[in-house]
Amino acid sequence: MSDPVSALNGAAFSGMASVAEGGLAGMITLRGDLSSAKLKDAVKSATGAAMPVSGKVELREDGGLCWMSPDELLVLVRYEEVEAKLAEINAGLKGEHALAENVSDARAVFRVSGEGAREVLAKLCPVDMSVDAFVPGQFRRTRMAQVAAAFWLDHDETFHIVCFRSVAGYVFTLLSTAAQSQSEVGVY
Amino acid sequence: MLILECPYCGVKAEETELHAGGEAHLKRFGPGSSDDEFHDYLFMRENPKGVHFERWRHVNGCGKWFHAARCTMTLEVFGTYSAQTYEPPQDIRDAISAKRPDWSWREFK
Ligand SMILES: [Zn+2]
Repeated sequence: MSDPVSALNGAAFSGMASVAEGGLAGMITLRGDLSSAKLKDAVKSATGAAMPVSGKVELREDGGLCWMSPDELLVLVRYEEVEAKLAEINAGLKGEHALAENVSDARAVFRVSGEGAREVLAKLCPVDMSVDAFVPGQFRRTRMAQVAAAFWLDHDETFHIVCFRSVAGYVFTLLSTAAQSQSEVGVY
Repeated sequence: MLILECPYCGVKAEETELHAGGEAHLKRFGPGSSDDEFHDYLFMRENPKGVHFERWRHVNGCGKWFHAARCTMTLEVFGTYSAQTYEPPQDIRDAISAKRPDWSWREFK
């Protein structure tokens, strides 16, 4: 048996915000008709979460659903359960025009938290990170400096970032540099 | 800075989240067309100083193609709309007419 490891093995940095690689996370990309009752049922039974509206994430204990586009969801599950959940979703989607794929090992995840978290992201992404504009439960696909990334904010003021595993080192360096202590811009 | 609202995900995306896709509403001339038609389809493009219609892709975002109507001189955006149309919808034309009463672009006005 191989021993799965995440891209940066839990690398961490602390400055005006804390940056931590999030370890192994189960992720399934699902494309299909998001208004279909069959699809809604399939993802609900896999994660416990209801269908998120545009630009939002629905989080539950061990899973969640991120709204990626009008016909795409990112299904969050526990890493150990991803194959079982994928089989469950595929069974639920039988006869439906949809495609689900395990992308867990193609991705890296990071957490950014602490006082300066909003500033860290604002330095890297063309997104309004003010408290009024970016609220808990919000999900945004964007770019982080030169690479594609997506993130959401949970209810404990922690940002969760998803990027391609191949650029995990680059993203960690970006986040750490942006989070250098005494580098506050003071906007948020 | 050009900011376009993606009609598919509602994000107000600035230019670096988008990819420009050239002139909108081109009619394709392929097999069976004349040499002149094929030449025009490949090479002839509008280059207006003013109202223009373009295709854009929300590449660092939802990934969808959409249309935008804007002014090339002032960067004013009149609106964005679905990719699933062959011509600018009426509300977009009205929005342009409100600001530029005598606009015209190709066969549209
Ligand atoms: Zn979009």
